[in-house]
Amino acid sequence: MQTRIRTLLSESEWLKVNAKTLTNDADLYAVGLTSHATIELMLALEEAFDIEFPDRLLRRGTFSSIGTIAEALAEIGVQQDAA
Amino acid sequence: MSLRDELVQRGLLISMGVDGLYGRSGAFERVVEHINLAFGTLGDPDRPEVMRFPPGIGKWQLEKSGYMKSFPQLAGTVHSFSGTDRDHGALLETLKEGGDWTAQQQGTEIALAPAACYGVYPAIAMRGPLPAKGRLVDVYAYCFRHEPSVDPARMQMFRQREHVRLGTAEQALAFRTLWMARSRALLTSLALPFDVAVANDPFFGRTGKLLASSQREENLKFELLVPIAAAEHPTACISLNYHRDLFCTAYSIQTTDGEIAHSACVGFGVERLALALFRHHGFSAEAWPQKVRDVLCF
Repeated sequence: MQTRIRTLLSESEWLKVNAKTLTNDADLYAVGLTSHATIELMLALEEAFDIEFPDRLLRRGTFSSIGTIAEALAEIGVQQDAA
Repeated sequence: MSLRDELVQRGLLISMGVDGLYGRSGAFERVVEHINLAFGTLGDPDRPEVMRFPPGIGKWQLEKSGYMKSFPQLAGTVHSFSGTDRDHGALLETLKEGGDWTAQQQGTEIALAPAACYGVYPAIAMRGPLPAKGRLVDVYAYCFRHEPSVDPARMQMFRQREHVRLGTAEQALAFRTLWMARSRALLTSLALPFDVAVANDPFFGRTGKLLASSQREENLKFELLVPIAAAEHPTACISLNYHRDLFCTAYSIQTTDGEIAHSACVGFGVERLALALFRHHGFSAEAWPQKVRDVLCF
């Protein structure tokens, strides 16, 4: 799942660095993720994993790192090995 | 009797048959003028550059600033008829039938300003990088937000008096801290009860929930709230906003070092402050406590 999130980030222009160089706990906001890019990331994740984030997860912290995104996805039922 | 009915009955506000749209009496406007004088007493010593814009901005500005991504439900655009004689006949026919003739108008290049500061950013951007001390601009304009309400403190067309600070992040934050202290002191001297709260803008939809939560988590917006129509829902009369680099990125405004600049603003809702004064000190400004009148330069 982390790999897929990383790929999704690396194919976008949301970050100032190549997402493939980021660790799971690297702060995405520190490498250029803006508020509006967070919206695009959220929508891209919903489409890629065919899910809808519940309101309680629509917080800045949910999208702060690859790790926190993976945790949120796991919490709403995405399997860890989801390709 | 509701506050709105009382204000209309006393002639302070003039009903225009549309929720949130009012005429203002001379007595009401006099209070608004004096609120502006009090604002000037606080802010003029900073020697801001004064800019005054009409209530319309270029439609392109709503696009460039990202407004339509965040607040499509609040935006207003100006439409006008630009058809042929035949189209005009069709429009009159729709009108006669009581139909929606506005659908037969076309969009113009003008949108209504959603906040007084929107004119500032492109004007500053045209001048190139900011000087080392940044810039400070004083603006005052009628604004429009599409949120019809019977609460007289939630008008659809209202005025904002603002100072806008552009510079480094430190300069923008120091400005906000300064105006927080000034605003609290002003409301205290006006003998108005108030609370200070972390706030968020009314972003649209599900994605808006995420933007609102981010804005609150980062303490980007503070409001000074005064009870006006209902004690349990106090009204934001002054707001202090740190935009980070949102507007300066949109308009490519750089600091003297070539970094993307940051901005902040303080906005006084002048009608809301007038309503707060009428609500707490009575409907005649002549009878307000002398200390309050002194602060307002009466």
